[in-house]
Amino acid sequence: MAKLKKQIRIALRNCGFINPENIDEYIARDGYMALGKVLETMSPEETIEEIKKSGLRGRGGGGFPTGLKWELTRKVDAEQKYVVCNADEGDPGAFMDRSILEGDPHSVIEAMAINAFCTGASKGLVYIRAEYPLAIERLKIALKQAREYGFLGNNIFGSNFSFDIEIRYGAGAFVCGEETALIHSMEGLRGEPGVKPPFPSEKGYQGMPTNVNNVETYANIPVIILEGADWFNKIGTEKSKGTKVFALAGKVNNVGLVEVPMGITLREVIFDIGGGIKDGKKFKAVQTGGPSGGCLTEAHLDTPIDYDNLINAGSMMGSGGMIVMDEDDCMVSMAKFYLDFTVEESCGKCAPCRIGNKRLYELLDKITEGKGTDEDLFKLRNLATVIKDTSLCGLGQTSPNPVLSTMDNFPEEYEAHVKDSKCFAGQCKALMQYIIEEDACTGCTLCVRVCPVDAISGERKMAHFINQDTCIKCGACMEKCKFGAIYIG
Amino acid sequence: MDKIKLTIDDTQVVVEKGTTVLDAAKSVGIDIPTLCYLKLEDTAFENTPGGCRMCVVEVDGRRNLAPSCKTPCDDGMLVKTHTPRVVNARRTVMELILSDHPFECLVCTKSGKCDLQTLAQDLGIREIHYEGEKSTYKGDESPGIVREPEKCIMCRRCETACNDVQTVGTLSALYRGFGSIVAPAFEMDLDHSNCTFCGQCVSVCPTGALIERDNTWKVIEAIMNPKKTVVVQTAPAVRAALGEEFGYDAGTLVTGKMVTALRKIGFDYVFDTDFAADLTIMEEGTELLGRLNKYLKGDKEVKLPMLTSCCPGWVNFFEYHFPDMLDIPSTAKSPQQMFGAIAKSYFAEQLNIKREDMVVVSVMPCLAKKYEAARPEFAVNGDPDVNVSITTRELAQMIKSANLNFDALKDDDFDRPLGESTGAGVIFGTTGGVIEAAVRSAYELHTGKNLEKVDFHELRGFDGIRSATIDFDGLPINIGIAHGLGNARKLLEEIQEGKSQFHAIEIMACPGGCIGGGGQPYHHGDIGILKKRQKAIYQEDAGKPIRKSHENPYIQKLYKEYLGEPCGEKSHELLHTNYFDKKKKIVIE
Amino acid sequence: MASIKLAPSKVEKLKEICKKFNNDKGELINVLHAAQETFGYLPAEVQEIVAEELNVSVAHVHGVVSFYSFFTMIPKGEYPISICMGTACYVRGAEKVLDEFKKLLNIKVGETTPDGAFSLNSLRCVGACGLAPVVTVKEKVYGRVAVEDVKGIIEEYKSLE
Repeated sequence: MAKLKKQIRIALRNCGFINPENIDEYIARDGYMALGKVLETMSPEETIEEIKKSGLRGRGGGGFPTGLKWELTRKVDAEQKYVVCNADEGDPGAFMDRSILEGDPHSVIEAMAINAFCTGASKGLVYIRAEYPLAIERLKIALKQAREYGFLGNNIFGSNFSFDIEIRYGAGAFVCGEETALIHSMEGLRGEPGVKPPFPSEKGYQGMPTNVNNVETYANIPVIILEGADWFNKIGTEKSKGTKVFALAGKVNNVGLVEVPMGITLREVIFDIGGGIKDGKKFKAVQTGGPSGGCLTEAHLDTPIDYDNLINAGSMMGSGGMIVMDEDDCMVSMAKFYLDFTVEESCGKCAPCRIGNKRLYELLDKITEGKGTDEDLFKLRNLATVIKDTSLCGLGQTSPNPVLSTMDNFPEEYEAHVKDSKCFAGQCKALMQYIIEEDACTGCTLCVRVCPVDAISGERKMAHFINQDTCIKCGACMEKCKFGAIYIG
Repeated sequence: MDKIKLTIDDTQVVVEKGTTVLDAAKSVGIDIPTLCYLKLEDTAFENTPGGCRMCVVEVDGRRNLAPSCKTPCDDGMLVKTHTPRVVNARRTVMELILSDHPFECLVCTKSGKCDLQTLAQDLGIREIHYEGEKSTYKGDESPGIVREPEKCIMCRRCETACNDVQTVGTLSALYRGFGSIVAPAFEMDLDHSNCTFCGQCVSVCPTGALIERDNTWKVIEAIMNPKKTVVVQTAPAVRAALGEEFGYDAGTLVTGKMVTALRKIGFDYVFDTDFAADLTIMEEGTELLGRLNKYLKGDKEVKLPMLTSCCPGWVNFFEYHFPDMLDIPSTAKSPQQMFGAIAKSYFAEQLNIKREDMVVVSVMPCLAKKYEAARPEFAVNGDPDVNVSITTRELAQMIKSANLNFDALKDDDFDRPLGESTGAGVIFGTTGGVIEAAVRSAYELHTGKNLEKVDFHELRGFDGIRSATIDFDGLPINIGIAHGLGNARKLLEEIQEGKSQFHAIEIMACPGGCIGGGGQPYHHGDIGILKKRQKAIYQEDAGKPIRKSHENPYIQKLYKEYLGEPCGEKSHELLHTNYFDKKKKIVIE
Repeated sequence: MASIKLAPSKVEKLKEICKKFNNDKGELINVLHAAQETFGYLPAEVQEIVAEELNVSVAHVHGVVSFYSFFTMIPKGEYPISICMGTACYVRGAEKVLDEFKKLLNIKVGETTPDGAFSLNSLRCVGACGLAPVVTVKEKVYGRVAVEDVKGIIEEYKSLE
């Protein structure tokens, strides 16, 4: 019950409740009424004002005020403008955009039309991951139905507003979540970001003013219009209004998408909604914001979740990935995992991100191999700080966060790896030692026979020893030992 | 214009709206270091990817550091260009760049002229704290250009030169992240790609990643071989730039010193490509008049405008990109190849030696000349007309290697007969020069009248595309000029669309013409250097006693004794060529 | 010297794809998607024809192809195996599963077995984090895969050969 009580469904309001391939079911739940209301009773300025008043901020990562973004695009004079939906969800562990497009595609279409009306655009583009075939299929069906019902096309709702939407496919590049890179990709170019300014609101797709919002942001729009900004801005904290969808994953009992009001604590999400840590293990950290975010600790569990609190804690909202970790997870390895991702996804345009992240990864690798030094820890921090400070786009400006946040929140783990060659979580293979407890060993020689590299020696019926230099830490001996005489030290 | 006031390092600066912080700082004498950034004034070259992050500065109120090359000034902005935070960031990023760069400065072609090396020294890098894996790529040694991609720092200047300026499209950034590199498609060798070897990528490369193929050793070997008679020719643009390699101001003519140096290096005969330029005018001018006369007589088949064909980068360009127009350019060979053909026939006969025993070396401002010299059609039984082509830079290197004190060298004159040239031959080295030389002769040959004023200022200048109408005694001749292949493309597309109004068009592949060639001393972004070289070329022309190609007595003698008449049978055999459709021959490996 | 190794019918097919997108260079990525769907991968010859049809340089096309991880110049196996390395799968042991596939198939990530049957890929989050760790073979999804299950999954397809 707790799982349901703490949740408020705005962005996910229709997911699972309607057949997404049937527009009538969307309409039955007030679908396209917001668009109708806007076109029939509101001016673009009034609509933008309403969105601004609602306090809605971009759900894709940065948290830029949505209404303000629309206004910036509106203010630029141009013959052609575009609105874009960023559905290139690339955060490992986050899939709310896919769920919305699969479960409620019309809410995005409706919101894009409202956005186009407000900004003065006549064309919309959805940039969607090619890896989401079902979402693409449902979006296509929804677009077709919306056109048939006259919600897209010429003179929508009998007004002089005309608008239609095309689909563009991503091709597997995380950096294309950055809006300038996304625009380049839609233009048939390498998805390398550009230096801002100029912002897309001035010069975007095809050099024209372009407003880019992500799926979840759009999904909020129709509700705000129908229920009013005042209803919406009562939910949440002072500077972060409404709800946020998180993809709860990792070592919790209940995994999946949750939509919670801003201001809820991590504890509520993990323990009340998520049902606590799996297998009765101890909570260690929660990672939010994916490769751009950081690891938060026990100390942060009661911090209300909103954009600013997460940033102050050294993480960020990101697109809503929330990975829970327990005592078996090594924080250095975690940082390394994210850096591995960033190294692979860096576009290569700017030097700090292209080379710096690679060097960060190598330093972390060295530490998990037990070869790190005190100086390496110093280098790690300086390098991470410089990458943040000098990288060209959001990817590089945030990629060191997993390193910095784990260094800040779990300094003892880094120290242990470097000074004592110890990995508390027992995850770093190179730091593990299989040790035979002399008293418990019966000298049965079973371990000797199973060892693939002949690292174990000892007389029959006498205590055995493992040669640590030869041992490859495969664990076969421990598995075979009938007396529980082998442990990891 | 809106004015903006800001403060940079405690200095008040007033600039126009839209000015970058970098330019604003420069205007008050603050030089913020740059690496990838390169803008060449008066050309289409503008490379500002914001990728190297060397120009970062601290802007009050901004969370992270700002790249000054891409950050527009704002009213009331407070900028600091050398705080500890900024300097540490620059040094760290420089260390990162160096950590993925070979440490072979001592033997690198670019050592001493390398922007990366200079900046690393300026930043005082003495240790690389962030060592790790270095990237490796397939290298490439094509005739003309050598690619050492491990030295690439992803500044993207070459990509801009190749795509935006030259519109050749050989180079692109490939792959991504740590593995990204600028290379031809599939990392194929340049001589298998559609590369024109214009060398503009080499001209702008800040490191040793793109360099010329070094042929100096081949020259030394030939000179040391007692069986070989070694003949050298020097292109017009070389003498206007060579001095820069020895500390002379740009635009200093060093013709006499260059001749002495070549003699001291050991060449048997020191000749001048300018002689062959005069010869080119005889052939190309005659061809143009022939086509014009046919046209005036109403011949519908005749191809006009006629395009010049002296520039090998340009020849490669139309063979790859406009194979449907192979019959439009003049069939005249370039001066380099005319020289080779005459040296190994006419002059070899005079010396009574076999052509195989003669080695023709050319000193060129150009990398495409290396490729041109290696073309199979420019050889007789496998013996090339021009054996070795070296650049201005390589000649400077040879002079230094031979421990010659350039400053102390006396002025000397070229040998005869292939060293005599006119002012018309000299101006081949600059944009507009070939067509001006052609006009000087064609006017007199067509009208039969004496040309009083030989300076055609309307054909000179630095604009990418220029045009002028010259009065041939009542007959208006429309002339077009383009330098830079992107500009050439525009004129070619006009021809394709049937819109061209020109009778003759001069095209040179490099900005400024040969003075800005890929083999010239590096300009490091200062286009003013090219303009000074151009001035020097016109100065040399003005000082020549003879300024029309057809008045060159040795040219007259050559026709009388050997060739017969321009565009005659013998000329066709030795001095003309044909072109190939190379579009379909891009080989995928 | 001839560079075009594709059968004329395939060349025609490619040209049709380009035409469907109005030979618009802005549609390059959509064209490449369609081409890869048709040919299974994007060999150099295909890229050269796309470049020609869309009037861009082949270097540009290769620059785009090599930028995006979805595009491949290596033909995939008949049964492409993908292991999700998203965070949720990672923390639930996806790396060990991947290692087991590598070991049993004796290929690295991005490679195809010599008989062309299997190819191995890691991908970033298929959005099925509740099933972590996730493996997909062709279109079939396997959830909560343990190292011990790997052999069985491979056998399942080997028997189809």
